[in-house]
Amino acid sequence: MNHLLNNPAHRAWLVLLVATAMTWYLGEVGAAGTWAIVTMLLIAFIKGRLVILDFMELREAPLMWRLLLEGWLILVSSLILLAYWISLK
Amino acid sequence: MSETQTITGTTTGPAPARKLPGDLAIWFFILAEMLAFAVFFASYAFARAHDPALFNLYQQTLDRNAGALNTVLLITGSWFVVLAVQAAHRDDIPAVARNILLGFLCGGGFLVVKVFEYAAKFGAGISMSTNTFYMFYISLTFFHFMHVILGMVILAVLWFQARQGAYTSQNANGLESGAAYWHMVDLLWIILFPLVYVMR
Repeated sequence: MNHLLNNPAHRAWLVLLVATAMTWYLGEVGAAGTWAIVTMLLIAFIKGRLVILDFMELREAPLMWRLLLEGWLILVSSLILLAYWISLK
Repeated sequence: MSETQTITGTTTGPAPARKLPGDLAIWFFILAEMLAFAVFFASYAFARAHDPALFNLYQQTLDRNAGALNTVLLITGSWFVVLAVQAAHRDDIPAVARNILLGFLCGGGFLVVKVFEYAAKFGAGISMSTNTFYMFYISLTFFHFMHVILGMVILAVLWFQARQGAYTSQNANGLESGAAYWHMVDLLWIILFPLVYVMR
């Protein structure tokens, strides 16, 4: 079991499944409003980062490419957060 | 992975070169695709800000279980493709082909779930012109759907070549390029699912 979790891909897959279940659960209980939006964006951000670093294997890639993809994640999350913040006003 | 003999032409001496998996060209393509989706995601979010009540109302008609199941299928498909790349790096040729095929089947599962979801919506008389929410729901998910299909075409090509032993520790570049594209399809859905199906 332990040696299985030494593989970053296995670890990432497990975390991604748990994170997906969390987002699904928030939908089931009808979570809405500021805390729900921030939580879901945070979960999506963590998931996206795992895909970029452990699936796309950009952890060891030239820094520019790692920053470009992680930057995309920050950009998209920020724009969505901004739009939802406006909608709550 | 042992040699520092990369084709990037870096002259940084003995320090191990930080290597980008796959071809440089595929990463520019991936970046362009991601920028297009960033525009779509932001358009959805800002359009929603104009009429959150309408978006919240019709979001409830979406099949969240189907969306979550599809997330699991893409994540698992992505995981299999990583295992294929890892198998190539240790020259386990049968495992390369097997994992690509499993990844491909996960993509197929995604398409089946999505087709049922679309059939239910279209059967209920919903179309792009029903309202702004459905216009975004259909166009965003369909644009992503097309990317799943392209990803599966790429996986099919990789599978045929992997079966002939094309991908080894000495030559994994093509496999890594296709894998990177497949992970992008997963990455986009990871944003799309909470945004369109859950966030309110």
